[in-house]
Amino acid sequence: MSLDAKIPEGPLAQKWSKHKFDLKLVNPANKRKYDIIIVGTGLAGASAAASLAELGYNVKAFCFQDSPRRAHSIAAQGGINAAKNYQNDGDSVFRLFYDTIKGGDYRAREGNVYRLAEVSVNIIDQCVAQGVPFAREYGGLLDNRSFGGSQVSRTFYARGQTGQQLLLGAYSALNRQIHAGKVQMYTRTEMLDVVTIDGHAKGIVTRNMITGAIETHAGHAVLLCTGGYSNVFYLSTNAIGSNVTAAWRAHKRGAFFGNPCYTQIHPTCIPVTGDHQSKLTLMSESLRNDGRVWAPKTVEVAEQLRKGTIKADQVKEDDRDYFLERKYPAFGNLVPRDVASRNAKEMVEEGKGVGGSGFAVFLDFADAIKRLGEDTVRAKYGNLFDMYIQITDENPYKQPMRIYPAVHYTMGGLWVDYNLSTNVPGLYALGECNFSDHGANRLGASALMQGLSDGYFVIPYTLGDYLAKIGPKKVDTSHPAFEATKKDVITYISKLLALKGNKTVNEYHRELGHIMWEYCGMARTAEGLTKAKGLIKALKADFWVNAIVTGENEEVNASLERAGRIADFIELGELMVDDALMRNESCGGHFRVESQTADGEALRDDENFAFVAAWEFKGENQPEVLHKEELVFEAVHLSQRNYA
Amino acid sequence: MNGNMNLTLKVWRQKNAQTSGKFVTYKAEAISPDMSFLEMLDVVNEGLTHKGDEPINFDHDCREGICGMCSLYINGHPHGPKRGVTTCQLHMRTFHDGETITIEPWRASAFPVVKDLAVDRSAFDRIQQAGGYVSVNTGVSTDGNAIPIPKVIADEAFNSATCIGCGACVAACKNASAMLFVSAKVTQLGLLPQGQPERYSRVQSMVAQMDEEGFGSCTNTGACEAECPKEIKLTNIARMNNDFFSAKLFREEGVHDAKH
Ligand SMILES: Cc1cc2nc3c(=O)[nH]c(=O)nc-3n(C[C@H](O)[C@H](O)[C@H](O)COP(=O)(O)OP(=O)(O)OC[C@H]3O[C@@H](n4cnc5c(N)ncnc54)[C@H](O)[C@@H]3O)c2cc1C
Ligand code: SF4
Ligand code: FES
Repeated sequence: MSLDAKIPEGPLAQKWSKHKFDLKLVNPANKRKYDIIIVGTGLAGASAAASLAELGYNVKAFCFQDSPRRAHSIAAQGGINAAKNYQNDGDSVFRLFYDTIKGGDYRAREGNVYRLAEVSVNIIDQCVAQGVPFAREYGGLLDNRSFGGSQVSRTFYARGQTGQQLLLGAYSALNRQIHAGKVQMYTRTEMLDVVTIDGHAKGIVTRNMITGAIETHAGHAVLLCTGGYSNVFYLSTNAIGSNVTAAWRAHKRGAFFGNPCYTQIHPTCIPVTGDHQSKLTLMSESLRNDGRVWAPKTVEVAEQLRKGTIKADQVKEDDRDYFLERKYPAFGNLVPRDVASRNAKEMVEEGKGVGGSGFAVFLDFADAIKRLGEDTVRAKYGNLFDMYIQITDENPYKQPMRIYPAVHYTMGGLWVDYNLSTNVPGLYALGECNFSDHGANRLGASALMQGLSDGYFVIPYTLGDYLAKIGPKKVDTSHPAFEATKKDVITYISKLLALKGNKTVNEYHRELGHIMWEYCGMARTAEGLTKAKGLIKALKADFWVNAIVTGENEEVNASLERAGRIADFIELGELMVDDALMRNESCGGHFRVESQTADGEALRDDENFAFVAAWEFKGENQPEVLHKEELVFEAVHLSQRNYA
Repeated sequence: MNGNMNLTLKVWRQKNAQTSGKFVTYKAEAISPDMSFLEMLDVVNEGLTHKGDEPINFDHDCREGICGMCSLYINGHPHGPKRGVTTCQLHMRTFHDGETITIEPWRASAFPVVKDLAVDRSAFDRIQQAGGYVSVNTGVSTDGNAIPIPKVIADEAFNSATCIGCGACVAACKNASAMLFVSAKVTQLGLLPQGQPERYSRVQSMVAQMDEEGFGSCTNTGACEAECPKEIKLTNIARMNNDFFSAKLFREEGVHDAKH
């Protein structure tokens, strides 16, 4: 099977407008004859559901939380990029495109990324019209801040709660369509499988999380907007419920998984304190606008800090190493995330880590407070500082924050073409759930942009083309494929419920997380990955014998929900390791120790690895098959990333 | 890392909305003061699971105070004794060794129990669906900077917009009133120029839905403001009342309905 990314012909800047013109349209009167299933109502799903319903399609939308307003998008902090150039600092669509391609270490498609930069400006207009209260300057105009990997200020924000405000905007648009009867919303409902008929996606199987009822839903197309899979690492900045199940079950029904090993480790998170920890908390990248990252220059000073015999503010200026400013004078503290994370790790490995565990460096606001005053710093970052105080019981207005990298985002996801269609016709993937726009490393403030671009501005066009081609003939659940898929789901659930062993599902999850972090985290080696593969296989076998799943299906059963998600994470973990092992180069967040420059930066191998890896599932316990989509670069010149 | 706190928990257990519930006592042992409240419950649940017992069911997701999913009525306070934080941000250092902690679900007839400590807050969604939006379709072409908004107005609207929809205000109120929650949205949109065209019809639709859901009336006691983890102010309610009464008085809804 060959992979066709369907990138339109023609010059980069005209691809999207030309494509929009070439796409088939569904006439307004016919739209109401189509039923669309949307799984997930975060930024990507809610914006898609609202926009498609406004056009006249009938939408059924699903989420596992008790309300669409609680999707993980709500937690995004720092901001959303857009090439508005309101600051007159030289920004443009091309510059945002260029920064994103370069930030992704030349492993994303030019066509997709250009389109993303192009529609970024419309997103801001749309959100403002909905009443999203973005930060403003005294003159009443929209304010911007800077994010990593760029030298312009193009990030729009709402204090440290940008995701919340954008999601509530999309949620309000969704609510309006629910009220109008165009969207039927199913909350506390988990999608467990995709139904395909003659190779086309025609529906889903769900479990009602209150009653346990297993139900089927039919539609002309299925959109997965189910978020990322960082929780495969157990500890991550994602919400506890974030999981890969929807994408993974779709993968097992034929959808290719793109670049599974591309994960983002975010440099500024609150360090781990102990085994009890259930998640890690991000301290937004926006803090690097004003915070300075440093570690002690010598192991001796670090030792004193770890023992607590001295405090950070007692360390003399001369004894501090502002290592990002020193190594990357052009970008300073605002280098991309992968670079900042690896440097923090290096400091720790050299014995210069701080905090009780030694796994931390400092993020210091003393200079900013001196320059701007505590009140201004509070106005900009108050909620983040409060969060830090809650968790650590330390005051970052007085002492620098302790930070360490943590898993944050997954660039990998379901493979999609330019139209956001997976290789299974009728099955689409939007938002973090797809692999498409960030290459091997995502720049800050670009995920919100991508989710909303996919949902508001891309899918409403590209989906119409497919629908017009297949025609409005009613699809319903009487086709035997629905009953058959439902039976598979019921059998699977019974298998899980039969597990009455001696180890909790949480213990398996934690163990998987340890393996992934150790061998498939910030630095990967062929040897370590090979070892990890064996460990994961053994973990999987053990899970299916010794796990404990309590309760029954016909009730609220968090133990069962959890078990299904962890079983999928274990399988995904194995594929991530395969992918990381296959990719014998370093790029962005994927750092193979064997492939680095003399300065320890990620060293790409463009000759052999300038491709998207799309993996095909071949059956339980069978090796997956690799398909390559070659990346073609016409507008940018591939070079070693340089932020110095 | 295990800690040195030992606690007694009195936890509300209830199979579903149809059955009645009761308190069950559990021991929480070797708890670290650095754990969050929910991590403490995780420890208890791991213990129950090992014994083959059903873990305690509670709602949670982001665990950083923003999704509004966690709830819990702890020692007589929604989200526990500490001000301005959600249950997921509450840490065990707030409690002391040997303490007995009582944990209940939100109690309000508009929030029926789903299981144990989790309740059904879909009434909140239905109130938002009744009018908590600006009626614009995707594809507006007005530039984001076309209408300058004074910073004070934008900041004030933002403060109201930080409501996380957790329902603590309802749980705190002896009448189970939802006024603080509803007024936060009404205020956010009522302050901004974008929200003006539907300002009066919105407040009427949302209040009507609120009444239909069976929330109680507001008697200005202020318990909601005191317990709100996002410190949404009572002034929101004053603003909403204002809009509501002027809408009624001048029958603005007729004018506004005509615009739709
Ligand atoms: C702490 C944090 C801060 C961040 N800050 C920023 C930032 O400042 N800027 C930025 O650009 N990005 C940021 N990000 C990244 C960004 O928030 C996410 O990538 C983005 O919000 C994902 O949106 P989404 O719509 O794809 O998925 P989500 O918001 O994760 O939504 C997933 C949806 O799918 C549903 N779902 C999942 N599985 C199922 C299933 N099986 N059945 C039914 N429903 C299902 C869920 O219920 C939910 O509705 C941040 C991320 C984190 C973790
Ligand atoms: S007003 Fe406060 S207490 Fe009420 S739902 Fe909103 S955040 Fe929760
Ligand atoms: S779990 Fe999200 S606010 Fe507490």
